[in-house]
Amino acid sequence: MSTTESPANAPGFEVDRDAIRHLADAQINVELDTGDMIINLGPQHPATHGTLRLVVRLDGERVLAADPVIGYMHRGYEKLTEFRTYPQITTLINRIDWLSSFANEVPFVDAAERLMGVEAPPRAAYIRTILTELSRIATFVLFLGEMGLQLGALTPAFYGFRDREHVLNLIEGATGGRFHPNFNRIGGLKDDLPWGWIAETRSVMSKILTACDTFEDLVAGNEIFLSRTRGIGVIPGEIGAAYGVSGSNLRASGVDWDLRRDGRPYLAYPEIDFQVWTHPDGDSFSRYWVRLQETRESVRMVLQLLDGLPAGPVMAKVPRIIKVPEGEVWAETENPLGQMGYYVVSKGATGPFRVKIRSASFSNVSILPWLLKGVYVPDVVTILASLYFILGDIDR
Amino acid sequence: MTTTLALQIGWGTTLALKTVIVLAIIPLGALVLGYVFLLKMMSHMQSRLGPMDPGGFHGWFQLVGDGMKFLQKEDIMPEQADKRVFATAPAVVVISTFLVFLVIPMGPDLVVKDLDVGVFYALAVSSLSVIGVLMAGWASANKYALLGALRAAGQLIAYELPLLLAVTGVVVQANTMSLQGIVYAQQDGSIFGWSGVGNPFILTQFVGFLLFVVAAQAELTQTPFDMPVAESELVAGYMVEYTGFRFLFFFIGEFGTATAFAALAATLFLGGWSLPWVHGDAANWLGPIVLFVKLMFVAFLMFWARFTYPRLREDQLQALAWKVLIPIGLVNLLVTGVFKVAF
Repeated sequence: MSTTESPANAPGFEVDRDAIRHLADAQINVELDTGDMIINLGPQHPATHGTLRLVVRLDGERVLAADPVIGYMHRGYEKLTEFRTYPQITTLINRIDWLSSFANEVPFVDAAERLMGVEAPPRAAYIRTILTELSRIATFVLFLGEMGLQLGALTPAFYGFRDREHVLNLIEGATGGRFHPNFNRIGGLKDDLPWGWIAETRSVMSKILTACDTFEDLVAGNEIFLSRTRGIGVIPGEIGAAYGVSGSNLRASGVDWDLRRDGRPYLAYPEIDFQVWTHPDGDSFSRYWVRLQETRESVRMVLQLLDGLPAGPVMAKVPRIIKVPEGEVWAETENPLGQMGYYVVSKGATGPFRVKIRSASFSNVSILPWLLKGVYVPDVVTILASLYFILGDIDR
Repeated sequence: MTTTLALQIGWGTTLALKTVIVLAIIPLGALVLGYVFLLKMMSHMQSRLGPMDPGGFHGWFQLVGDGMKFLQKEDIMPEQADKRVFATAPAVVVISTFLVFLVIPMGPDLVVKDLDVGVFYALAVSSLSVIGVLMAGWASANKYALLGALRAAGQLIAYELPLLLAVTGVVVQANTMSLQGIVYAQQDGSIFGWSGVGNPFILTQFVGFLLFVVAAQAELTQTPFDMPVAESELVAGYMVEYTGFRFLFFFIGEFGTATAFAALAATLFLGGWSLPWVHGDAANWLGPIVLFVKLMFVAFLMFWARFTYPRLREDQLQALAWKVLIPIGLVNLLVTGVFKVAF
């Protein structure tokens, strides 16, 4: 592990520590060489919201090296999928990124549908898009509040939870589950939207816009917040892309890349008009700002989708027992945390032969050792919070 | 005190009585501030109710219940801890608070000891709590605690200065360091010849008042200056290894010190126990209530900031003290001195 390496390559600390150790016999330098402190952030630590363990080597408050240790929550989903049928798997993959479960189901169902040559009816595609955007809003609203909490402001976190609750109620109203809807079926959706749901969604969307204004004033507009996040944890665009960072984290580094627009067309995204937000700076503040704008953009998208919602069935004609023909397919979507993809290999059975899950957070945290070198301990928390990962999405 | 109560009691009994009363003020103040601000005001700001059940009326009994729970908890001490230091640290923190209350006047006669150097003494003993914090952090044998304690030491020492400079302006204007004398100076003062409400120093020393509140916030390690206990990075800083009764001591110390600083600010800038047109015996009865109301106002300002702001980073916090607050304090002192000589 790199924690045992010499820390001398950290910026600003070009001290030849070995030279000092040679002099240590003279007793005088024994007290000058204070040594490094290795501290475990996690696996139980409030900043890692879950069980991420970060082995941090400190010189005073400055981080010399940081190693994320993952796997404390590994649940073996890739293996489990080999023993489940396609309809059963949506229940599992719901729990990868538990804050935006619905968005997890979409790429997998997309993959299965493409292998089978089935296409969901337009109404189903629209409702899927609406629910995906709603889960994006739910995830981001919580982030907008929780980032404040990580920086020490207690109050925004409660606003985040409060306003997310409206969206979760909508998801529950449509699907029956607040967190784990399991609403997608291969070929469409389980049910149509309930009566009155559309009007309710419109009123909630205006609440979300108000919440975004609140967060802009209370958190993003706060001088202390600015001084804590500006210039902290800068990810240059090309380095971020090289590490596989995706989603809002990469767009905050000025990379104009969004699978909803640039990827293989999926759901109803080609039919609606939306903007992809980027920020040139790549620091923690720009990651917050991009998510704030994307929340507003999602609200705009949901309203557009509600206006253009076509009539018709929500389920295509599919056989009662689903058998997927032989083949391989890669399906990826723009999830709230970034690029999420499934590589599904089918051998013609009722379940897949092999599924490779590409989850966004796993790649997003892989940049941590590079990013945390030379920052102070409080900035570690800022950077962790602004990268916004979900442990289930890292460990799977 | 003895004359107003119309009772003849010996000085020993008086001393014991005073000590008991002051000792009672600390947990009482901690309870009131904790309930009003931590449980109720914070909940209101965060659009939730807070505790509603214990005690029947808006959960007033919650903190008492919490305290009793803490008393029942197992007293856990880390194996590597420096046992004696670990055990003494919470007491040091509470004792420093206790010593501050000794000089805060609550009425013309209601003061344990009106020292000539009252302000000086209050600030000196209040900074004793740093030692308690350092002891706790070091003796815990925990890296988080150590980081927290070192942060606390750096911060508390840095913010002593602005605190002192803020108070110096008041001392110059009042011509005395005795807290009782400062209260009288405000009660008997006049605003441009009109002595209707006296002259609370917040009118002339509003810069000093702001400085004092900001620096007191840092001394109390409350947000935005709560780096030492930063729960999202150091978990609870120097308190991380403390449980049960000892943790309760830290809690009482935290809110008791908040009460003490709010009372000091109320005394120095808002006229303390004095109420216009109330003199003599009536002031002795009304004094504590008046002081309490003013104290709650100051505490409200401090807790308002606490629940709104994120926290500063350690280097930003030091920069604020040395580059902003201390120069402002020095200029304020200079201006006060010039006015003092000129008028």
